[in-house]
Amino acid sequence: MLKPEISSVIAASNTKDSLRRRLRLGERFIESWIFLAGLFAIIILVGIIAILIKEGLPIFTYSSPWQFLFGTKWYPTSEPPTFGILPFFLSTLMITLIATAAAVPIGVGCAAYLAELAPPRIRETVKPIIELLAGVPSVMMGFIGLMLLSPLVRSIFHLNTGLCGLTAAIMLSLMSLPIIVSVSEDALHAVPKEFKEASYALGATKWETIRHVCIPAALSGIGAAIMLGVGRAIGETMTVLMVAGGALAVPLSPTDPMTTMTSAIASGIGNAVRGGLQYQALFAIGLILFIMTLAVNLIADKVLERQKRKFAR
Amino acid sequence: MRKRLFIILPVVVVVALIVTIIALSGRGGSSINIIGSNTLTPLTSVWAEEFMKANSNVSISVSGPGTGPGIAALIDGTTDIAQASRQIKQSEIDQAVAKGVHPYEIQVANDGLSVVVHPSNLVSELTIAQLSAIYTNHITNWQEGGGSDTPIVVLSRDTNSGSHDFFLERIVQMQGLPTENKTLQYGPEVLFLPSTEAGLTEVAQNPNAIFYAGLGYVTSQVKTVAVKKTASDPGILPGKETVLDGTYPIARPLFFYTNGEPTGVIKAFIDYCLSSEGQEKVSEVGYIPLA
Repeated sequence: MLKPEISSVIAASNTKDSLRRRLRLGERFIESWIFLAGLFAIIILVGIIAILIKEGLPIFTYSSPWQFLFGTKWYPTSEPPTFGILPFFLSTLMITLIATAAAVPIGVGCAAYLAELAPPRIRETVKPIIELLAGVPSVMMGFIGLMLLSPLVRSIFHLNTGLCGLTAAIMLSLMSLPIIVSVSEDALHAVPKEFKEASYALGATKWETIRHVCIPAALSGIGAAIMLGVGRAIGETMTVLMVAGGALAVPLSPTDPMTTMTSAIASGIGNAVRGGLQYQALFAIGLILFIMTLAVNLIADKVLERQKRKFAR
Repeated sequence: MRKRLFIILPVVVVVALIVTIIALSGRGGSSINIIGSNTLTPLTSVWAEEFMKANSNVSISVSGPGTGPGIAALIDGTTDIAQASRQIKQSEIDQAVAKGVHPYEIQVANDGLSVVVHPSNLVSELTIAQLSAIYTNHITNWQEGGGSDTPIVVLSRDTNSGSHDFFLERIVQMQGLPTENKTLQYGPEVLFLPSTEAGLTEVAQNPNAIFYAGLGYVTSQVKTVAVKKTASDPGILPGKETVLDGTYPIARPLFFYTNGEPTGVIKAFIDYCLSSEGQEKVSEVGYIPLA
């Protein structure tokens, strides 16, 4: 009498087992694919570092690291060639700092507006438009900077030429702005409503809520947005090549024409003999750029860690 | 949902494959790749267009960014023709031979490298010595050249450019003159720009700028400066006669380099460029045809 029930239960559990087995195999398969994809990304990163080190490190046997990093003369074609990248290093630093200082307040402010204050219709139209700005090719931005912004900068600041670090910094801030706005806005949007409701319930105004509750709560996302923006500014080549001026002297002010590390690589790699001194020097510049980006990311991570612990979110 | 994916995905893949195969097979004809000098690019583009019109199964691609990368591409075997606004250097020839490439030089046109300033600039002629001093930042005010009391904004092409190398040797280092000095380099305040267009744009909108460009790039938005070999020579403007008879001090030949003597469709293209039809195009674009 129990037999049909038992046999059906056994049959059911057999099916369940085989289903579980099939699922496990499928899952295992997908898990291993995902693992391989992650591994692949790490392999590529390690590969890039390896190439930078292999091709770039030999230059330090020709000119000492001190001479290279703090030398002011970049004359790869003279006899004997000298490789000093201080002008490029200062350039990159100046332009990135100015671009970030301009883009971050505007970007985070814009994100706060879109996330908290804008009516949904405005948010729906403005956000895609800002993201469109991120898609403008850097050559276009360079062209706009060359034709429109540089004469403006020249007349406003009474300079000899508008092709200077300031013009490049402004164009770069326009290019990193959409990234900062987009990612920050997503981070702010993800702050749970309960946080804001609790704040309003305590009598805080909208601004106080944004300043003391929303932004701190979304800080890791905003931090990530800023990192992405800074990364874009440090690595941008074409725009800077076209509007920063390309002078080899050490820049003393943002209104001087200057060459960044990325422009130096871009304009030098075309005719550098493979394996020659200039080639090695350019790879060394790439290595230093990479270390800079890494350092910025690590510092940002540390800062965000501390912030996260403060807000335990 | 999973069932739909199983049907849609393979269909998409198959369609993509079919489209790719059709696209690739459609290119039954031959192609020529031309890389190199910014100076030559407008001229070579016109030649390429005309040649492609007459031979519809050939596709030619022309690109910059400079003589240096063009010759490097020839050595690496990534281009069929390297266009050059200066002669190939011995070091480049050695590199090429080491890689089994034998550069074959063909002169295709002439150029008078033009020194340009803003149309409002009072200066209309400069000696080679003055140009050298300007480009080494020893003369920094237009007054010293006979112009107004304003600082000089010195523009140059970057190191990719054959014009950069040519200008360095002939003008900055004053090759061929008694004052020749091979140790001179461009000054630290010189602005290096990635393209000729960028330089011309800046000259057209900056009254204090000076730049150099191939004759084919000069427009009415800039003013050409007459070049004097020495202070006692007359100032010569670049033009067809002064380049061909050698009176313009910075005339230069423009070259194509191929790996070995050209054959097949490359030879056909170069023959067209050297033909009377092709040389007519040279004048149209603004450069100087072969004598």
